[in-house]
Amino acid sequence: MRVPGDPADGAVDGAPAEVVAPGPPTSESGQLSGPRTAAPRSYSALRVALTLMRIGPGLMLLVLVLAMKFLSDKFLTTGNIGNVLDQTATISLLSIGMLLVILTRGIDLSVGSTVALAAVVGAMAYHHIHSGVVIILVMLLVGLAAGAVNGLVYVYGRIPHPFIVTLATMGVIRGLALWLTTGEPKQGMPSLVRTIGTGRLDWLPKSAFLVVGVALVAAFACSRVVWGRWIYAVGGNPEGARRTGIPVGRVLVSVYALSGLCAGIAGVVLAGQLNAGTPTSGDGAELDAIAAVVIGGASFLGGRGNVGNALIGALMIGVIRNGMNLLDVNAYLQPIVIGVVIVVAVEIDVLRRWIENRFRTLESART
Amino acid sequence: MTIETVVPALRMMGATKRFGAVVALDGVDLEVAHGEVLAILGDNGAGKSTLIKCISGVHRLDAGSIELDGKPVSITSPAIARGLGVETVYQDLALFDNLDPAANFYAGRELASPKWLPLGMRVVRRGAMNDETIATLKRLEVRLPDPRAHVGLMSGGQRQAVAVARAAAFASRVVILDEPTAALGLRESRGVLDLIIRLRDAGHALIVISHAMDHVMEVANRAIVMRRGRKVGEAVPDRDNQQRIVSLIVGTDM
Repeated sequence: MRVPGDPADGAVDGAPAEVVAPGPPTSESGQLSGPRTAAPRSYSALRVALTLMRIGPGLMLLVLVLAMKFLSDKFLTTGNIGNVLDQTATISLLSIGMLLVILTRGIDLSVGSTVALAAVVGAMAYHHIHSGVVIILVMLLVGLAAGAVNGLVYVYGRIPHPFIVTLATMGVIRGLALWLTTGEPKQGMPSLVRTIGTGRLDWLPKSAFLVVGVALVAAFACSRVVWGRWIYAVGGNPEGARRTGIPVGRVLVSVYALSGLCAGIAGVVLAGQLNAGTPTSGDGAELDAIAAVVIGGASFLGGRGNVGNALIGALMIGVIRNGMNLLDVNAYLQPIVIGVVIVVAVEIDVLRRWIENRFRTLESART
Repeated sequence: MTIETVVPALRMMGATKRFGAVVALDGVDLEVAHGEVLAILGDNGAGKSTLIKCISGVHRLDAGSIELDGKPVSITSPAIARGLGVETVYQDLALFDNLDPAANFYAGRELASPKWLPLGMRVVRRGAMNDETIATLKRLEVRLPDPRAHVGLMSGGQRQAVAVARAAAFASRVVILDEPTAALGLRESRGVLDLIIRLRDAGHALIVISHAMDHVMEVANRAIVMRRGRKVGEAVPDRDNQQRIVSLIVGTDM
């Protein structure tokens, strides 16, 4: 396995030549265990296991939904499903942006604060301008700007890890939102924003359509647009990406900017739901988003994960919270359950890596 | 060898590179022709890696010149080197484990449309990239159990074969291989050596860094020996002068 942050080049003279290349564990373990592998059967078993893991988050959600259906009559009613979608809209939007960041081995702790700042600035602008479209653009712009600052400071400030940058901006942005409003919610949002936040098409919340729309765009960009492919390349092997001429710095800036933009969109939804710009809103939302992405099977080591699974992760968190409410379980147990789910999800990622290693071993024994 | 009669694919003259007070390369000359394998030998820290990094655009030369097919060029970045038809396979396998061979082949130079958009904004043509990649792998006789699986699932030998094939597919002038067999077992080395020979016979110019003398003797037409940043010798590697080459590498006078 490649180590994150491989020493880039061994600066002076041919230094890397004396290091045993990082590749060997594969072939070495291949030689060691080669003779005693009963190849074919375990090979296809591993293949099945890997496929299962790829669709794992979806299966887990399905099991969860079926279990809830048996435990509570109310769960699978249109009214309740509408509620779940309504409550997970902001996490879902944040998790889409967070996924892009985590794909590049990064993290964005500032999105919760950005949601609040976008809503607050939108509410303040509403006192002067009444056009809903303009207010929405203002909120999106605030999100995009906050994200761009994260990316620029991280990349061009050469800060060792985005955790530090976004930890700092998490505080700065929250502070700005509180300072601008002296800590009080700013009431009032244009009707367009309220519709996005609370409107329903029959029982389906309109925000769910927004989430699906953003997700479709993101999924298309990730899988079909060159820039999206570069996000995966940068996450899979940053030094390799640099050597193939991919503009690694700009790709990194862009994912933080997009994460900020998603936070801006989430700010629109939240402001609409609350009909106000609330400086304390979105507190801890960044952690929900990270949890959703991880539960959705994305790897913190970068380069793995997809938009659909991140949304499934967000829905899972929503369903767990909603289900425990329906079942009258003590609300304090919710974070415990979600914590356990996170660990299970990461364990699955660890298991996947182990299986892939076995796979390589068998591969070199076969050929 | 009558290389002097044709224009070499790559000619390097007086290549010099300093890192602060350390002179990593000191006036090195070398050339390699199409259809030829040039081995670069030397102990650790002799400057082999620096040398190839200057050709592949990772480092810039402080002094000296590089000619490709007789034309002087200035290689200031990896992208420029690749654009000039110089491809490098680094020993730390600059592959993307999380991507399939096609995505690895075309990383940073995706087949995509429409052409009027900047590359990053274009939509990738996955079918075309897959077909091209599979055709190249087939042409180079690289056999993979599943050419669409991500390379993280492949053995060391298969991954190295993918990396070498990627370089060969795009290198119109020179393929540089840094320790191509260092991480591989016996059988896997065999496969990669065969691949190198096929590339040579297909007219590629190859530069190979290796510590494995028997591998060098098998594939290389010529070898240069480096010590402390300087070229200290040049030879056609074979059984007869193996001893002399080794003493050149370690620096014991004969």
